[in-house]
Amino acid sequence: MSTEEQNSTSVNLERRKVLTGATGVVGAVGATFLAVPFVSSWQPSERAKAAGAPVNADISQLQLGQMLTVAWRGKPVWVVRRTPEMLEGLAPLDGQLRDPASDESDQPEYCKNPARAVKAEYLVVVGICTHLGCAPLFRPAIGSPDIGADWQGGFFCPCHGSRFDLAGRVFQSVPAPTNLEVPPHHFITDTLIRIGEGPSEGAQA
Amino acid sequence: MSDHNDSKLVAKNGTLLGWFDKRYPLVSTWNVHVGEYYAPKNFNFWYFFGSLALIVLVNQIVTGIWLTMSYKPSAAEAFASVEYIMRDVEWGWLIRYMHSTGASAFFLVVYLHMMRGMLYGSYKEPRELVWLIGMMLFLLLMAEAFMGYLLPWGQMSYWGAQVIISLFGAIPLIGPDLALWVRGDFVISDVTLNRFFALHVIALPLVLVVLVFMHIVALHQVGSNNPDGVEIKKYKNDRGLPMDGIPFHPYYSVKDSMGAVFFMLLFAIVMFYAPEGGGYFIEAPNFEPANPLKTPDHIAPVWYFTPFYAILRAIPDKFLGVVAMGGAIAVLFAMPWLDRCKVKSIRYRGLSFKILLTILVVSFVILGWLGTQPATPELTKLAQIFTALYFMFFLILPFTSVNEKTKPVPERVT
Repeated sequence: MSTEEQNSTSVNLERRKVLTGATGVVGAVGATFLAVPFVSSWQPSERAKAAGAPVNADISQLQLGQMLTVAWRGKPVWVVRRTPEMLEGLAPLDGQLRDPASDESDQPEYCKNPARAVKAEYLVVVGICTHLGCAPLFRPAIGSPDIGADWQGGFFCPCHGSRFDLAGRVFQSVPAPTNLEVPPHHFITDTLIRIGEGPSEGAQA
Repeated sequence: MSDHNDSKLVAKNGTLLGWFDKRYPLVSTWNVHVGEYYAPKNFNFWYFFGSLALIVLVNQIVTGIWLTMSYKPSAAEAFASVEYIMRDVEWGWLIRYMHSTGASAFFLVVYLHMMRGMLYGSYKEPRELVWLIGMMLFLLLMAEAFMGYLLPWGQMSYWGAQVIISLFGAIPLIGPDLALWVRGDFVISDVTLNRFFALHVIALPLVLVVLVFMHIVALHQVGSNNPDGVEIKKYKNDRGLPMDGIPFHPYYSVKDSMGAVFFMLLFAIVMFYAPEGGGYFIEAPNFEPANPLKTPDHIAPVWYFTPFYAILRAIPDKFLGVVAMGGAIAVLFAMPWLDRCKVKSIRYRGLSFKILLTILVVSFVILGWLGTQPATPELTKLAQIFTALYFMFFLILPFTSVNEKTKPVPERVT
């Protein structure tokens, strides 16, 4: 723009541009800082973070083939006492599973074994489907009209039809991507399981 | 043609209206949007649903305000407070049923309103922005309905929210943290309920109202489409008014009022005699308080979400399922550019569009039914077929619409 034009309108456009730009930049920085408390406010509060204490499950009354549900961190945790037949039935399913050796799935190192358990008889898993978070149903009976005639017993998610075997391992061609999560846990006594704490928590954590 | 201009409002000096009009653009606003807004004279049945959506919005806002007076947004008290509204609050049951039935009515009229746009090409140039704002309204309405459904804190509230929030968790890398951020806790809890309440009663309604305003302003800028899909602004009389247009008031204000009364009659029948809509408006498990340890044996979303839910379930992959569901809504935004046919109304469009649109509507309805059913292997197969057909519409349309064998479009409305 020529000097004459600026004089004639007595408007300093250059100065206006600088001021607008500077105000815009400072304003944007301020808005970004201001967004922090509003966005962070949605994160779990200190109280929510502190509410993750371990819980004990008394399994003295649990019969072979039965399942017990306990609440840990507001989620269902299942303890299933598996029969020897149930345990024998796991290995033959390997070919139909998405992650038979649990390489992609969530479990403590001490449960990364064929039975996915500390003691093979007792399966401890978080009862939340790894697809979209429903609680699957415990369907131990062999053969089922709604799940399939070749059903060997396991967990069936009613929401989107995901299927898991009796070690919480996911079948192929269902929506759930990984096996059910095994929470950290250990046996305090033969009939008392502590969920939310590994065998030697503190020492190896 | 008779003189329509008698509906034009004039502010005379010395009158109350004149006093106001000096201080506020009352008369000019009225004239632009009502008194002198010329709409095509050939509106049919399909043109009721816009004004009906506005009426339902008002119903939701008013009943919603009244519900907040007795509702308690906490996990410990929410379920009981809804029962308190239903049993103990004077007329509480009516206000609650007006609100819950209103939610379903809202989606019904909005789906029909969108269908009208598809039939007569109302999304096409120059009304792209009207369509885009409308689609944003649809998206917001879904968020609003979803958050509202958590508030009664029943079993279906809880597990429905669990599934939808977990959708965010399927996004690679940031997903799990995003889901945690939305919930504000490691599971859906009191925190989630409380913030959904805030969003449902304040944040989203504010944005909805602003967008509705913009939707109407954008429409009035370009003018309404009509069942013939011809532009009435093309032929104007000696006073510069569209020859095929009639002022919104009194012509369409009267017509829409009649439609509104008829709609309210139907609404009242449903609200009084089938407020739960046979388990489709309020689902049976929602009469049980939320239990974080047990999912109901059969969970299905409310009917207006089921088509998208069936698409989600049909894809046997967590992330791709979410992508397909989101994509099913997102493609609708692109309609003004996917449909490249110059002819707007289905009356003068070729066979290919009629067939495609039929397939889309049939797929949408069947997916909607499938979404209410349990996920058996056979039904999942069926859902996959209709998901493919749904997307096929948007994939094929850009190609067929270019060389469509259209009929001659009349110059003026018929």
